[in-house]
Amino acid sequence: MTYTFDFSFLAEYWPQLLKGLAQTAQLSLLSIIFGFLLGTLLAIGRTAQSKLLRRVCAIYVEAIRNTPLLVQMFMIYFGLASVGFKLSAEFCAVLAIVINVSSYTCEIMRAGIESVRKGQREASDCLGLTWLQSLFLVVLPPATERVYPALVSQFILIMLATSLVSQISAEELTSTAARIDSMTFRSFEIYTVVALIYIGLAFVFRLGFWALSRLVFPRLRRLGTPL
Amino acid sequence: MLTTFQMQALLTAAVWTAGLSLIAFVLGGAVGLLIAVMRVSANRVLRGIAFTYIQIVQGTPLLVMMMLAFFGLSILGFDLAPFTAASFAMVIYSSAYFGEIWRGGILAVPKTQWEAAECLALHPVQRFWLVIIPQGLRISTPPTVGFMVQIVKNTSLASVIGVAELTYTSKLINNSTFQPFIIFSVVAVLYFCMCYPLAWWSRKLEDKLNVAHR
Repeated sequence: MTYTFDFSFLAEYWPQLLKGLAQTAQLSLLSIIFGFLLGTLLAIGRTAQSKLLRRVCAIYVEAIRNTPLLVQMFMIYFGLASVGFKLSAEFCAVLAIVINVSSYTCEIMRAGIESVRKGQREASDCLGLTWLQSLFLVVLPPATERVYPALVSQFILIMLATSLVSQISAEELTSTAARIDSMTFRSFEIYTVVALIYIGLAFVFRLGFWALSRLVFPRLRRLGTPL
Repeated sequence: MLTTFQMQALLTAAVWTAGLSLIAFVLGGAVGLLIAVMRVSANRVLRGIAFTYIQIVQGTPLLVMMMLAFFGLSILGFDLAPFTAASFAMVIYSSAYFGEIWRGGILAVPKTQWEAAECLALHPVQRFWLVIIPQGLRISTPPTVGFMVQIVKNTSLASVIGVAELTYTSKLINNSTFQPFIIFSVVAVLYFCMCYPLAWWSRKLEDKLNVAHR
């Protein structure tokens, strides 16, 4: 092996990498927040009384979960542009990821909602709570708490999947890496650095979600045991 | 609409997608089993190595792994075709996830099975490979099949290093026909046809194994 490693490009390009990191974090957070909201809505639809609504949500989830995110992105970015919607690459990226993550969140949240015992629902009915109140006050909080670990894993995966948006020319960490690569030809070094940054970011995200769980699930904070 | 030639190109590409998935599943499964065994071994060093391996692989995007495999292996002196580099990345990727899935399966085998095997005077190696592993793998069959769906979908990332699989070919065709909706819909349907049976099978297996809790 006659190859000499050369990480000297870092001295010049680290501000760009830092900017890419910030863009990746922002993209991930946006996708996670909107993906969670849409996914929860879908999960409510998936467990609704109406058979039609259940069927529609099921078809959506199956269609999204069985096709690659990359193809979905191409379809949204190139497809929408071809029929006249000129949207920015960043917007299409968030849209594609939100659609993707919502279908996974839907399945996870559905499991959570189904794990809430029927008696709880009946009890809230007896107390005169409206459908919305019983959903938001009685069913969703324990449902979310129970599936929280699965949600976090899914969100970390989505954070990693934001690297795909470099393929539709949106700006983030991986596309920054590709640009630096094309200027310095230090492919292996730059992608090693980027891999390390992603590992660090995944760790930070995990830590952040852990802190969030202590914040939003008071029972967990007080007792320290899972539901 | 698509010409016959384009359709043929897509179907050929689908074969490459399937081939890459198969390699990732078989080789990744073999490495993954090793990782799973290391992960539950009594040796602290082995456990630590497997844990670190899983953390690193699960914390890196597959796209970056593809790049690392493609550029990294070539500077090590191997002159690799993109397909080989993509297979390498896919095997590493799937082995970490299989390792975690199967570790869960192994740990889910009731403790009494370990004790019973010991009472029957089985050697620790026999106990592990004849009693624990078969049951552990059986428990983890549904998530394994479910993860195969992820493998098939993630082979689409091989397109970025120039493997002529389904996504790459569809991009090529789109570049000459400019009908993104049609071409990507066809490709999505092709992926769906490969993934949905697996997803369905996984669900069936889950129902079958869950008899006690129905």
